[in-house]
Amino acid sequence: MTAPLLSGPGAVLWSDHLIVLPIVLPIAVAGAMFLMDERRHRLKAALSLATVLAMLATALVLVARVTQAPEVYRLGDWAAPYGIVLVADRLSAMMLALAGVLGLSALVFSFARWSRAGPRFHGLFLLLLMGVNGAFLTGDVFNLFVFFEVMLAASYGLVLHGSGETRIRAGLGYIAVNLVASLFFLVGVSLIYGTMGTLNMADLARRLASPPAEAALFEVGCAVLGVAFLIKCSAWPLGFWLPTTYAAATAPAAAVLAILSKVGVYVVIRLSLLLFGAGTSEGFGQTWILVTGLATIAFGTVGILAARELTRAAGYAVMISSGTVLAALGTGSAGALSGALYYLVGSTFAAAALFLLAEILQRGRDPADATQPVFADEYRDPFDDAGTTEIGRAIPATVAILGSGFLLCTLMLAGIPPLAGFVGKLAMFSGLASGTMTAPAWWLIAVLTLSSLGTLIPLVRLGIFSLWVPHDDPPPVLRSPEFASLTVLLAACVALALWAGPALAFTEATVRWLSQPQDYVRAVLDAGAGKGATSKGSGRGAARSTAGAAS
Amino acid sequence: MEIVLSAGIGILAASGVWLMLRPRTFQVALGLSLLSYAVNLFIFAMGRLTVGAPPVLKTGPETVSVDDPVPQALVLTALVISFALTALFLVVLLAARGVTGNDHVDGREPHHAEPTPEKPHP
Repeated sequence: MTAPLLSGPGAVLWSDHLIVLPIVLPIAVAGAMFLMDERRHRLKAALSLATVLAMLATALVLVARVTQAPEVYRLGDWAAPYGIVLVADRLSAMMLALAGVLGLSALVFSFARWSRAGPRFHGLFLLLLMGVNGAFLTGDVFNLFVFFEVMLAASYGLVLHGSGETRIRAGLGYIAVNLVASLFFLVGVSLIYGTMGTLNMADLARRLASPPAEAALFEVGCAVLGVAFLIKCSAWPLGFWLPTTYAAATAPAAAVLAILSKVGVYVVIRLSLLLFGAGTSEGFGQTWILVTGLATIAFGTVGILAARELTRAAGYAVMISSGTVLAALGTGSAGALSGALYYLVGSTFAAAALFLLAEILQRGRDPADATQPVFADEYRDPFDDAGTTEIGRAIPATVAILGSGFLLCTLMLAGIPPLAGFVGKLAMFSGLASGTMTAPAWWLIAVLTLSSLGTLIPLVRLGIFSLWVPHDDPPPVLRSPEFASLTVLLAACVALALWAGPALAFTEATVRWLSQPQDYVRAVLDAGAGKGATSKGSGRGAARSTAGAAS
Repeated sequence: MEIVLSAGIGILAASGVWLMLRPRTFQVALGLSLLSYAVNLFIFAMGRLTVGAPPVLKTGPETVSVDDPVPQALVLTALVISFALTALFLVVLLAARGVTGNDHVDGREPHHAEPTPEKPHP
């Protein structure tokens, strides 16, 4: 493949360093961009595009590689649990690819207009993706906090991007809520450290094989930590901030923020299956996750029914998607969770596409569209410059394209055949039906079915209003970058439906891997024990014996 | 020492929560700062309270009691982050004050107060 970096038994190949690329590349490029002149839009756009494409390619390579074995990367070559490790397994790689596709389409969309609506858009955008990628990859709880903060700090900037009263007011609430969530995160992390003496996820799972000295205090810590993640997932009753904030944010920012709530969902899945899949605290918090998930779906459905604007409807769609995955996790059924992971990918694409479509359809009617200066020294009206007003040519047959895009989004979000939303819900139902039908399973099926109907009605209504009802406003204009971006997202939705078989096989294998936490523990803690940076997974029997011996 | 520290954390946290629930943005900012002080002290306390113990192991018999260095490192990280984000919050607070013309967290005064000229709510 490539030349070894070092010779000897611990030789490291260049390809083994691929796993840090999604973190190192965006932060390096973002750092360089903050030094560049704000007027060099083309250079910055090209650099961001190249970076995001490289990140997406890395994610796809990692998806292909982790199907053989998970990869563990020791930062600074310190072995776990003393050093911080990055772990790429099926779940992380899948989420990285999701973030890559979303990042690419949101970035391309912003080229038409929004990337020039204020300073430092590209740098913030790349930092956000760096935080998201880091949160997916890290194997250490405190390191997760740091990546969360990077991601959130960048998201504060992106929510405020474009400025204007609506955004500043929404941003104020968003920042306050997330600062409190970060404090919850810190309290949870410190309680876990105080009771268990470690913050490495694999080491925590290993130590939980035997009862900790203060099990109750440890569980309190986990619950407080869970509250922080549920705020990020915008689970009911902690997620009232989401629709307002996302509706106020500019379209490309809102589309990429759709991945943020999925970071919360990812961490809840990762930690609850790793720490509470087996051992002394088995099943801890499962009922709470189930009830919260069901309530989130119900609240999101009522919210989307009441929504009068497409952007708010898209925000509630993000909530429903998070709630579905949480509720599926709470039922404890492996089949339901694998269907839910598949649904998560498809519904995130569709919700992001809906944010982008909403911007094109509401443009000109939207008071938040107007940009206002925050500080006089940084303000330069991006749209008063005749030469750079809009990039790209207008695409013909706009209404037909927007209409079919809207139709695809509605089918995805409402879970109507033949698209991936339906396949995902069907996979969840068949997963639930394959086990014994418990009360939670019936509840989930009932709530999901109702939420399909509750999503279909308002989206159809809003679609008719936006596309068919005659307006005095000028007809919507679709620029070529916006068209390209929507094509990427909607093609991803269609591809997910066309290759549903392989995708579902992947998520099923992911859930099988997640339900064997001892394999994860073994992969992380044995990494580098004379084998180099990559740990090859082996039989489950051997993994169990190692975990048993360690306890 | 334990009772002093826990009472201090409790008072800071309680004052922080009270201030957070106040209607003025500056009160919310102060509440967030107080809460973050409480949380930082809490992280510190999670490393167990010791007096005069070194945080670094030395060879030799004299290191009987050792302070846990990990929470101290965590506090340093958390301090820097919360300081930076409080500064950011203050900037947004000032921007909101400038744009909306008042310092209420909703961006407008409640109805019973003096009506302020405001832009139409979208």
